[in-house]
Amino acid sequence: MNAAVLQEYLPLYGKAALLTIRLGILGVLLSILTGLFCAAVQYLKIPLLKTIVRVYIELSRNTPLLIQLFFIYYGLPKIGIRTDPAVCGVAGLTFLGGSYMAEAFRSGLESIPPIQEESALSLGMTRIQAAVHVILPQALSVSVPAFVANVIFLLKETSVFSAVSLMDLMFTAKDLIGLYYDTTEALFLLVVFYLLMLLPVSILGSIIEKKVRYAGFGT
Amino acid sequence: MQALGLDVLFKGKNFLRLLGGLGVALKISLISVALSIPLGILLGILMTRRNRVLRAILRLYLEALRIMPQMVLLFLVFFGTTRALGWDLDGETASVIVFTLWGTAEMSDLVRGALISIPKHQYESAEALGLSKAQMHLYIILPQAIRRLVPLSINLITRMIKTTSLVLMIGVVEVIKVAQQIIEANRMVSPNGAFGMYLTVFLLYFIACFPISLLAGKLEKSFRE
Repeated sequence: MNAAVLQEYLPLYGKAALLTIRLGILGVLLSILTGLFCAAVQYLKIPLLKTIVRVYIELSRNTPLLIQLFFIYYGLPKIGIRTDPAVCGVAGLTFLGGSYMAEAFRSGLESIPPIQEESALSLGMTRIQAAVHVILPQALSVSVPAFVANVIFLLKETSVFSAVSLMDLMFTAKDLIGLYYDTTEALFLLVVFYLLMLLPVSILGSIIEKKVRYAGFGT
Repeated sequence: MQALGLDVLFKGKNFLRLLGGLGVALKISLISVALSIPLGILLGILMTRRNRVLRAILRLYLEALRIMPQMVLLFLVFFGTTRALGWDLDGETASVIVFTLWGTAEMSDLVRGALISIPKHQYESAEALGLSKAQMHLYIILPQAIRRLVPLSINLITRMIKTTSLVLMIGVVEVIKVAQQIIEANRMVSPNGAFGMYLTVFLLYFIACFPISLLAGKLEKSFRE
């Protein structure tokens, strides 16, 4: 391992990591919004919309992100929808993550027995009050482990972005290996940077999971 | 058809080539799954042992493989072993190695989860009835653990199939690569080929994974009741 090479590569990886983090966070946030919307549609059983959401979830969960990105980036321009790589990456991640988040929230909602809502209603709460004060706090805490797993999964999936020529960590590593053949250094930094990004999230996730359980809500 | 670029699909042997590409991806995932399941079961059982050192080592293996994106693992094995060990792996072998290592880690965690989810009184009741350790595992614990495990391991298969799409990035000629070749070859006659071909590959992946997901969902429901 050559220290001079590491030093030379470091700024490049830093820049790439920032891009990955930026797009990753944006994608995760949009996935959460999409997931909440889909879970609400399914919970409220809105006709038609419910079917569309179901089809979307199955399509998104049963196909890899790589082909989703290829379709958005190379396929859609042929019918006039052109996106730049960053928008494409976030759109792809949201398309994938929305369904995973929806499933996490839905399983949380489904785990709450109907008697909870019935009791809330019989106490004179409105449906909205019951949802906000009784159902959601319990459902969300049940969803936490799946939610945390999804966040980590989505951040890892950003490594596919390099396929649509986004200058992320993967792209940088591949580029440097191709240019200078300093394979060991390039791969070492790749692993280090992914660890720096993912370990804190993973640790934070397990702390949150414990906190939620400690509060006596979850399973 | 021309505008959507679907015409390319029916030219010559294009569709068959595409299916062949899908076959390569499926082959890599099935070999990896076939290796991961027995290895994962073994590691999963070992993870429930009381030996602290063993458990720590297995835990480290699991976490290390889980936290890294699979693409990074592919790069490590494909490019890393060439430099560090002088191996000259072809893309497919490197992929099978990576996905087996990763699949084993995931499977072992599923097995561990299934085993520790069996309530303690099941073990105690078995002992109280005078069953030997082997009888206890064979007749009481395993049948219950397997019920929980089957849907989860079937899910692992679809995850494996989806993840093998990454082998494109280390130069394996699989379904997306074949689609690229077809698009390039027909660039002049069918400039919109990219739309039709990538849509087809998207749907092919869906057709490969959806039935397996359905099966897993059905089994999960029936086991819960």
